[in-house]
Amino acid sequence: MSKTLALLHTQADGSLPKAALETLTAAASLGQPFDVAILGAGASAAADAVQGCGAAAFHTVDDPAVAQPRYATDAAAATALIQASGAELVLAPGTSRFARSLPGAAHRVGAQIDTHIVALNAEGGAVRAQRWFYRQRILGAFSRAARPWLLLLDTGVFAPWQGAAGAANAQAVAVAFTDDDRRTAVTGVQKPAADAQTIRPDAKLLFVAGAGWTKKQKDGQFHIGEAGALILDFLGKAQASLGSSKSLVDIQGEGQETLTFMSHMNQVGQTGSTPRHPKGIATCCHGEEPHAVGWRFINERRAVNLDPNCGWAQGKADVLYVADAFEVMAKVNALL
Amino acid sequence: MNGFQIVVCGSLVPDPLQTLEPVTTPQGPGLKNETMLPSVLDPWSAHALYEAANLAKQTAGSKVYLVSLGPKAKLQQLMMTVAQKVPFELVALDGSASGFTDAHGVAAALADAIAAIPGLDKSRLLVFGGCASASRDAGVTMQLVCERLGIRDFFAGVDEIKMAEDGSFAVLERIEGGEYLASTCKGAPAVLAWATGNLPEPPNNPQVGMANMRGVMPSLMKAKPTPAGVGGIAYEATEIPPQKRQTRIVKDASTDEIAKEIVEWINN
Repeated sequence: MSKTLALLHTQADGSLPKAALETLTAAASLGQPFDVAILGAGASAAADAVQGCGAAAFHTVDDPAVAQPRYATDAAAATALIQASGAELVLAPGTSRFARSLPGAAHRVGAQIDTHIVALNAEGGAVRAQRWFYRQRILGAFSRAARPWLLLLDTGVFAPWQGAAGAANAQAVAVAFTDDDRRTAVTGVQKPAADAQTIRPDAKLLFVAGAGWTKKQKDGQFHIGEAGALILDFLGKAQASLGSSKSLVDIQGEGQETLTFMSHMNQVGQTGSTPRHPKGIATCCHGEEPHAVGWRFINERRAVNLDPNCGWAQGKADVLYVADAFEVMAKVNALL
Repeated sequence: MNGFQIVVCGSLVPDPLQTLEPVTTPQGPGLKNETMLPSVLDPWSAHALYEAANLAKQTAGSKVYLVSLGPKAKLQQLMMTVAQKVPFELVALDGSASGFTDAHGVAAALADAIAAIPGLDKSRLLVFGGCASASRDAGVTMQLVCERLGIRDFFAGVDEIKMAEDGSFAVLERIEGGEYLASTCKGAPAVLAWATGNLPEPPNNPQVGMANMRGVMPSLMKAKPTPAGVGGIAYEATEIPPQKRQTRIVKDASTDEIAKEIVEWINN
C-alpha cells in the first residue's frame, strides 16, 4: 500500500468544506494509515477540528498567501505539503479551488493526476478508481502503477467524516512564495443577490426548465413573464435549485427575450454541470443533455411535458406527466 | 501594447447527440465506429475560441492560433465548419482525440506545439482552452500546459476577461454555488480555461472561411504525428451502466391530480 495523504483546504471562515470531510472518509475507507495536510487560512485550527479522524500526522500551510484561492500560491503550497508528507497516494476534494490548482502541483512533484473520482477501493495493496468519461456517458475503472498519484474525489460520493476534535499538533510547512506567485490578486467573490440565487447545491430538489417555457403557448402567444414568475415562485416555495437546458440559455445569448434570471451558470448537461440532488423534475424539456447527462446523479426523476413520446424522458424519468407545465406549476405553487 | 498572441487549445469530440459505445482496441479503450462518428469542436474549447477572437478584435495587433490534436482526416472535416466562424491560424497535431488518452501526454504535446510557434512572445501570450473536454472531462490538461510553458497564472471556469489599458486584466471564474471568484492579473502570460463565456456562436462567414483555409490545408499537410495514448493508465473496464428506467406515463390525469401528486412527492 502506498503512503497516503488526505490533502484538504479551508474555506474563507477557516472551516473545512463538506467535500474535505468526505475526503477524510475516503482516506479512512482504504484501511491504511494516512496523513492529513491542510492549506488555507486557519489550517492549524482546522487540523484540530478533525484530530479524531485517525490520521498519523498533520501538516499545514496557513501563510497569508494562501488565505485566498489563487493558482500559483495554492499549487506551491500543495507541492510543499505533498513533499513534506512523502505521500505516494494523495486524495483531495474536487472543489473548484483544488480542481484549479492541484494539476499544477501534480506536475511539480512529478505525479500523475486523475479527477472526478466516483469510487475508490484498495484490495491487496492495489488502488483502483472509477470515473466517468464522455460527460457521464461511459464509466471507466482503472489504476496506475506510477507514484505519486493524485486523485480528486467528486463531491457527494462519500459521507462527510464526523468525529471528535482535539490537539492535532500539526506541523507547519514553510513555503517560499515568490513575487511571481502573487501576480494574481483575488478581489472578492461575486454572489447573486439573495433573491436571485437560484443555484443551491445542497437543495433536495433540482428543477430543470427547458426552452418550452419561452415558446408560443396554446393560445398562440408568448408567456415569458408568467413563466418566470411561476418558476421563481416554485423555487422559493420548494427551496429548489434551478437548472436549465442548453437551448434555453442559448436563446438569451442570441438576443431573444427569455427568462432574465437564467444564465449559463444554471445550465446542466453537456456544457453545464452534473449536479447531485436526491430528486429532480424537468419541465418543458426535450433535449438529451438534461436527461442523459445532467441527470446522471439525480436519484428520483420526474418530468412534465406535452409529448408522451418524448424519447429522452421515457426511460430516463421515473414518471412522465403529459400536461401543460404552466397549468401544473401554477397548481403546484398554490398547494405548496 | 502590441496586441496578444492568443493560443487556443481545442480538439474534436463526438457530436453530443451520438450514442457512444465503448470497445476494447489494441491501444486501449475506444469507441465503436469511432472514425465514423460525426465530430464537433469540443464545446468549451469552442467558447474559448470565440472569446479569443473577440479579444483579438478589440486589441489591435493580436493574432489567434488554434492548436488542435486529432486524427488529421477528422480535423480536416471539422475545419470545414469551424474555419468559417472566426479568423485563426491552425497548428495541427496528428494523433488520437480519444477521451481515454492520458492528459499528461496530451499536455506535453500541446505545450511543445505552442512553444514551437514561430515568433512566440511570452510577454504577449495568452493560452486559452476549455475548462474540460467533453471526452476525457478531466479538467487538468490546461494546468499541465501552463506548468510546461513555465506560466504562473492560471484561471479555471472563466466566464469573463476584461482587459485594462496597461495590459493587466480582470477575470471571473466559476466556483461553487453559482458564484464567481473575481481576480486581477498583472498581465500576460497567463492560461485561461474557459467555461461558456458570454458570447453566442458566431454565424458562418464564408470570407473568413476562405481566408482561414489558406492556412488550414498546409497546416494539416505538415501535421506532426503525435503518439498520444493511454500513457500510464491501466484500464480494467469501460462500460455504459444500465440506466433505463421504467417510466410511468401519466397522461389522463387532471392538472389538480398531477399537482397534488408532485407536491406529495416533493414533501416526502
